[in-house]
Amino acid sequence: MSIELIKEKCSAPINMVEIGGGGVGAAVRIGGQSCLPLLFEEGDCPNPPVVALEIADYQPDDWAESVRQAYGEAIKDPVAWAKACVGRFGAKILCVRLQGMHPDYGGRPADEAAEIVKAILAVTKVPLIVLGCGDDEIDNDSMPKVSQALKGHNCLLGTATQSNYKTLTATALADGHSLIAESPIDINIAKQVNILISDMGFDPKRIIMHPTTTSLGYGMEYVYSIMERGRLAAFIGDRMLAMPFVLFVGQEVWKTKEAKESVKTQGINWEIATAVSLVQAGADLLVMRHPDAAKAVERYIGIIMKGAKT
Amino acid sequence: MALSGLDIYKLLPKTNCKDCGFATCLAFAMALAQKKVSLEKCPHVSAQARDALESASQPPIKLVTVGVQGAKFEVGNETVMYRHEQKFHHPCAIGFLIDDTLSKEEISKTLENINELRFERVGQVIRPDLVCVKNTSGYRNKFLAAVSTVEAVSKLAIALYGDDEGTMAEALKLCREKRPLIVCGEKASSTAFINLAKEFGVPMAISCASLEETAEITTTAKAAGVDEIVINLSEKRLSKRIQYFTYIRRSALKKNFRPLGYPVMAFTEESDPVLELAEAVTYVTKYAGIIIVKNTDRDFVYPLLVARQDIYQDPQKPVQVEAKVYEIGKVTRQSPVLVTTNFSITYFTVAAEVEASKVPSYIVCCDSEGMSVLTAWAAEKFTAEKIADTLKKSGIEGKVSHRKVTIPGYVSVLSGKLEEVSGWKVSVGPREASGITNYLRSWKD
Repeated sequence: MSIELIKEKCSAPINMVEIGGGGVGAAVRIGGQSCLPLLFEEGDCPNPPVVALEIADYQPDDWAESVRQAYGEAIKDPVAWAKACVGRFGAKILCVRLQGMHPDYGGRPADEAAEIVKAILAVTKVPLIVLGCGDDEIDNDSMPKVSQALKGHNCLLGTATQSNYKTLTATALADGHSLIAESPIDINIAKQVNILISDMGFDPKRIIMHPTTTSLGYGMEYVYSIMERGRLAAFIGDRMLAMPFVLFVGQEVWKTKEAKESVKTQGINWEIATAVSLVQAGADLLVMRHPDAAKAVERYIGIIMKGAKT
Repeated sequence: MALSGLDIYKLLPKTNCKDCGFATCLAFAMALAQKKVSLEKCPHVSAQARDALESASQPPIKLVTVGVQGAKFEVGNETVMYRHEQKFHHPCAIGFLIDDTLSKEEISKTLENINELRFERVGQVIRPDLVCVKNTSGYRNKFLAAVSTVEAVSKLAIALYGDDEGTMAEALKLCREKRPLIVCGEKASSTAFINLAKEFGVPMAISCASLEETAEITTTAKAAGVDEIVINLSEKRLSKRIQYFTYIRRSALKKNFRPLGYPVMAFTEESDPVLELAEAVTYVTKYAGIIIVKNTDRDFVYPLLVARQDIYQDPQKPVQVEAKVYEIGKVTRQSPVLVTTNFSITYFTVAAEVEASKVPSYIVCCDSEGMSVLTAWAAEKFTAEKIADTLKKSGIEGKVSHRKVTIPGYVSVLSGKLEEVSGWKVSVGPREASGITNYLRSWKD
């Protein structure tokens, strides 16, 4: 019996974004695909999803024990920690969260934070995602200094939101970095933030969207569906939704009871299952915390990419 | 896929003979489209037209029922490609592969472990659905012994997987009352298995190398009177499997192509537990009706079941918790009182943080119709009046000696009004649940 295969073609691919490579080490590329995850008979997928390991600039005693144990002593010093991520666990890209700039976490001055990130870059030579501490006022004051110190290194800076995007956008523009545009599980706001940032003269092809991350069992399906909707809109030509997705999987998963109270592998598996679900929804960049979970997801990506047209 | 009145009209004799009781064929077609009359009223309709109309009136993906009351699941009957378009209807069944090469003791022990795999989350009990016994040994007696053990010990539905129809017939005699699913092995004769499915009145899974072969076998089976079919593809590569599952679902939904209008089944290929989990979660997200895994470890099964619960959640109906007072830890009359909404994720996130803070507290959930804090506030389901009303009626006034309540940081604007209407002293808590620990540790009665 002959079968008519219904293939769906996309009319516009997702933007390709390069992170890093500014004179130190190799760049990492994400996005560029013209098909939904794994549907390789319907389009190209030149870049596999990428896993980044997340580190903090302070000794994170509030992080889940399982994650802290995986890094051992190295976690006490951000540079040593970064080195372990790359050397011991093979990370190709790192996410540095400058939580230490927040008064609750020691209130580190921006100059010092910038020095730490520069030291990490010098030691690891991998592309960096650099996040502020989450307080708008402090971040607007500090991130420009951090950004400037990293000028030309093509980092990915985060995060610009609908209510606070101007300073970070201007900074990223001036220093040649890419930008994370965040929205609260809302496809319209996601588009709106991208428009606001682009209106400042920032190249939309250097924006990566964070649709908000939710853990497995804590509303993962909301983000899953927002991402699917965004991707489908991009494929039929909505250029203001054609940005790759970044998801902060580790941060959300290791907040949950299931991960924190994990005795054996439950927490790691929780992080893997969340990451895999979001890969199926179209995640391009996954920021993870447990090195074993990150390794498993990288191996999974290797398996799914067999058969992709690049 | 429903046909319009005009689509149906094209299939009718167009003679306006009035034998159906309607003035014209078009009027009859319109009534048919609205399901007001049955096609039987037309004595002249051709067999071809009848087939087309009947197939159009059926769900595009056949509902398949495996097992009997107490250990039963239904898969199929799906209507959309993406969950945001409506919802995914029948949660995929998750089961475990049991090889008949294992000893009776090993099988019993595994089954007892499987029986314990029940979890309660957001007010729902989630558990696996079936065990699939495979005639890996190739011996009939080994298989029958394994099936007997499964029949006696397992509390889940059963699937029987093998190549030899004689062996399968004997196995079916052992457990036919449980309405097992029979799964054709790669070397099995599909014709022989179709006969078995018909004789024993059980659903069957066919094993095929291609979509063409699948369509041929389902057509043959249907002609033989077997219509509860599950498709199992022998393709091993994960991306290719998902591509096939997608083609199958699209053919059924968009073209109403009956020969592929059946649920699909997947056996995991990966053996390393972390990769097997990733593979199985992939099937949960992309269209599998039945997933058979090898690992029975709790830490493996729990996240897999939660992934299924998430994906099959109705996007239009948020899961709610009961709007009432929840006591976290050993609360006293001096313990803090936190107010939030009754959206289950909001409540469970807050509860997890309160628990982690080790500060015993009361959480008062307002009935916000299952909306999260900001959404409920915007929709006026989480207002000062509503919170005041909840404080009054929930019984919290009798549980604490103080009158201090904490509201979520996102709705700090409500504090003035709430103090006014409730008489409670209002404090503004953190915006994100992650700030609760620090907040509670510095909270003073």
